[in-house]
Amino acid sequence: MGTQTPNGFNLDNSGTRIVVDPVTRIEGHMRVEVNVDSNNVIRNAVSTGTMWRGIEVILRNRDPRDAWAFTERICGVCTGTHALTSVRAVEDALHIAIPENANSIRNLMQLALQVHDHIVHFYHLHALDWVDVVSALSADPKATSTLAQSISSWPLSSPGYFKDLQTRLKKFVDSGQLGPFKNGYWGSKAYRLPPEANLMAVAHYLEALDFQKDIVKIHTIFGGKNPHPNWLVGGVPCPINVDGVGSVGALNMERLNYVTEIIDRLIEFNDLVYLPDIAAIGSFYKDWLYGGGLSGKSVLAYGDIPENANDYTPGNLSLPQGAIINGNLSEIFPVDHRDPTEIQEFVSHSWYKYGDESKGLHPWDGVTDPHYELGPNAKGTKTNIVELDEGGKYSWIKAPRWKGHAMEVGPLARWVVGYAQNKAEFKDPVDKFLKDLGLPLPALFSTLGRTAARALESQWAGYKMRHFQQKLIARIKAGDSSTANTEKWDPKTWPSEVKGVGFTEAPRGALAHWIKIKDGKIDNYQCVVPTTWNGSPRDPQGNIGAFEASLMDTPMADPNQPLEILRTIHSFDPCLACSTHVMGPDGQEMAKVQVR
Amino acid sequence: MAATETFYDVIRRQGVTRRSFVKFCSLTAASMGLGATGAVDMAQALETNERVPVIWMHGLECTCCSESFIRSAHPLVKDVVLSMISLDYDDTLMAAAGHQAEAILEETKAKYKGKYILAVEGNPPLNEGGMFCIDGGKPFVEKLKWMAEDAMAIIAWGACASWGCVQAAKPNPTQATPIDKVITNKPIIKVPGCPPIAEVMTGVVTFITTFGRLPELDRQGRPKMFYSQRIHDKCYRRPHFDAGQFVEEWDDEGARKGYCLYKMGCKGPTTYNACSTVRWNNGVSFPIQSGHGCIGCSEDGFWDKGPFYERLSNIHPFGVEANADKIGFAVAGTVGVAVAAHAGITAVKRITTKGSGSTDGGPPA
Repeated sequence: MGTQTPNGFNLDNSGTRIVVDPVTRIEGHMRVEVNVDSNNVIRNAVSTGTMWRGIEVILRNRDPRDAWAFTERICGVCTGTHALTSVRAVEDALHIAIPENANSIRNLMQLALQVHDHIVHFYHLHALDWVDVVSALSADPKATSTLAQSISSWPLSSPGYFKDLQTRLKKFVDSGQLGPFKNGYWGSKAYRLPPEANLMAVAHYLEALDFQKDIVKIHTIFGGKNPHPNWLVGGVPCPINVDGVGSVGALNMERLNYVTEIIDRLIEFNDLVYLPDIAAIGSFYKDWLYGGGLSGKSVLAYGDIPENANDYTPGNLSLPQGAIINGNLSEIFPVDHRDPTEIQEFVSHSWYKYGDESKGLHPWDGVTDPHYELGPNAKGTKTNIVELDEGGKYSWIKAPRWKGHAMEVGPLARWVVGYAQNKAEFKDPVDKFLKDLGLPLPALFSTLGRTAARALESQWAGYKMRHFQQKLIARIKAGDSSTANTEKWDPKTWPSEVKGVGFTEAPRGALAHWIKIKDGKIDNYQCVVPTTWNGSPRDPQGNIGAFEASLMDTPMADPNQPLEILRTIHSFDPCLACSTHVMGPDGQEMAKVQVR
Repeated sequence: MAATETFYDVIRRQGVTRRSFVKFCSLTAASMGLGATGAVDMAQALETNERVPVIWMHGLECTCCSESFIRSAHPLVKDVVLSMISLDYDDTLMAAAGHQAEAILEETKAKYKGKYILAVEGNPPLNEGGMFCIDGGKPFVEKLKWMAEDAMAIIAWGACASWGCVQAAKPNPTQATPIDKVITNKPIIKVPGCPPIAEVMTGVVTFITTFGRLPELDRQGRPKMFYSQRIHDKCYRRPHFDAGQFVEEWDDEGARKGYCLYKMGCKGPTTYNACSTVRWNNGVSFPIQSGHGCIGCSEDGFWDKGPFYERLSNIHPFGVEANADKIGFAVAGTVGVAVAAHAGITAVKRITTKGSGSTDGGPPA
């Protein structure tokens, strides 16, 4: 028996139920349950956010100028992006204009995060879904070298290099202590790379691990540390002083050179390692085009990376803004964060209560009243869940909808919107990637497409960083050293009641914070984050979210090994600490917290 | 290539005597109630196998500690993972998921009883029956206690595991609880910070594998080597503080000259951490060097000691020593009372310290 969802998926939960908990190689805690039919094809999918922290409740009555630090701790993987979103929300509410240099520095930090996050995601959180580490032991180092040199001029590619690496890997495996590779799905039929490609990928896994720590030094230079660099309402905390007294402790020539050098290196890594790897791996999986889910139907992008300071209209944003619904790429809708009818959150299948759960609420008017209960058909107990009942409430993630539509957000969504807008900087790399693999456009709407979009974006971001670094230097050269606007730093200068919204494109997708400020304190704070969109449970109409949709109709090589599930879920780069909202425990003071 | 070196090989190579090694085993076993046979088993295991298994668990957190750990420049984290420890379970990096992941925990408990390090990032929420953090369908707190039972030692990574951090800030809606409040019978090394500095994290882990003992801890359970002095004590802007040269406003002349950030709310005078010496990301900078005050992220309850831009009212310029000392002592004192649970680790530390020839004084409490 099947149920047709309004967003076009046929759900059938009659087959064998498979539970994956914990889902690993993600940020936070998550569970997936699927039903497979007699051919081991997924016919029903249920994704559950399994953690809550309550940052927004904690923010109430605090100083809005501190909010960036609290919200930054929502996620230490996409570190900084929540902080940026927060300072934008506060600046929007208080009409604070930041200096151009601050805009360039913020863009450099946000883009450095994009590159870092995409590289770490692919190599350290996602690659093991495509790459069989143990198979690399049987590779011929010489053939590996030939392969590597055929796809890239990256210098670490000699037979000796791969031989040494293989020897180290062999010793590691022979020790019997496989560490993070223990109990992996090695040897599964779902892995398709030849041993040489596996060995090359393992080499790049380790090289990327070494390199990623250098990318974030851009955060350290501008923000003092990473993870969790420092930000400032009104600008950035690091002053510019290129050659005056005390310049050795400020942003000076040495610091600017440091940033330039990192940008050059990350562009090189993208061009010579990351992109060629994606193309090479893609060539072995190009007929494994499952996992598209909502990406070919409904996608949402807010846009980001303002060219000029303080202008967040789509024309000034380097990353595209827009919504596409029902797969119609010829119509792109504008997005208004302030319109109460556009972005709404539903809780009919989330562990929260509304007065009327058939309706959604805009974040400025949101209510968060936690209500943990399992549906009548759940198996197990409240503190020992065996199987969830997706007919009832089953996740700590709310269900955000754009004009009632479940949407996918993230790199692929951004690139689909940019592609549909016919912007060459997004369209040309996509067309080239597909052409090189001999694939048609619909192939983009897949797990592979999502993974490729992230790589293309990393490359795009690297060149964009060079642009903003040059812009920063040009302005300094022209005599502008300003990095902060302190006119409205003092809360006494603020109106008694204001509200604002800030948005960014986090590495994982569209992110926005809504704030209300009353008498100098935070009156209400709401975040709707990328994994809330992607990891959303069902809504009152029965629409399934992006994670759930992406798993549908995927065949599993072996249902006891959830490799295909991990591969597709990981392609979204889930962040569960981000995705879950305000909460309060039953029977405690906070139980009736209403966030309006 | 150290991949097949045993734990014993590693510490011997570092100059630890056999005698010290045996003592380490017997004391660690004793602290865990394993008795004399336990010590023999442990010594044998450490000599004949294996890098020390590390089980890295995540509660309510943001994964900044894991992200920081992989930033380590010396040692490189790939060398830590491939050659120094056996990171058998880590939600963030491990290949396996679901049942295959859970099986590793059971195997480790059985095979390495009393021989593995439990590293905890984040903390358990206790409200809603613990179901604000569900892991494998059950409350995280259960899994945490279960794995703590047989651990050799426990590392509390970051402010979450050590103090509670942001989710425990008022009103702490989930009742997020530092791990030493739910694990009361085991040695716990607290490595606070949001996150801790990468090289501090790898420094703590490799200290254990290099010197064959746990590092010297202060009364609050923090390694003295990284947390015994305030940011302010070693801040390169300290002379400006002493000279009364302060940043008065963001991006003003003082800011551009690198004056002291105390008036902008810097919590360096009351924050015990290594930022102003080790610095961040292989020594590139630290918050004050990049123009923002310290927010005190390694201190207990720092989220509720703000606002961050309000200057410390109990610190007076030129009188900072006396005041900061009092504050530091008061904090240590209140926590110190609750440290009966640390008796185990104190015993281990006291004797292993002697055994390894340290000249540092006796137990701190």
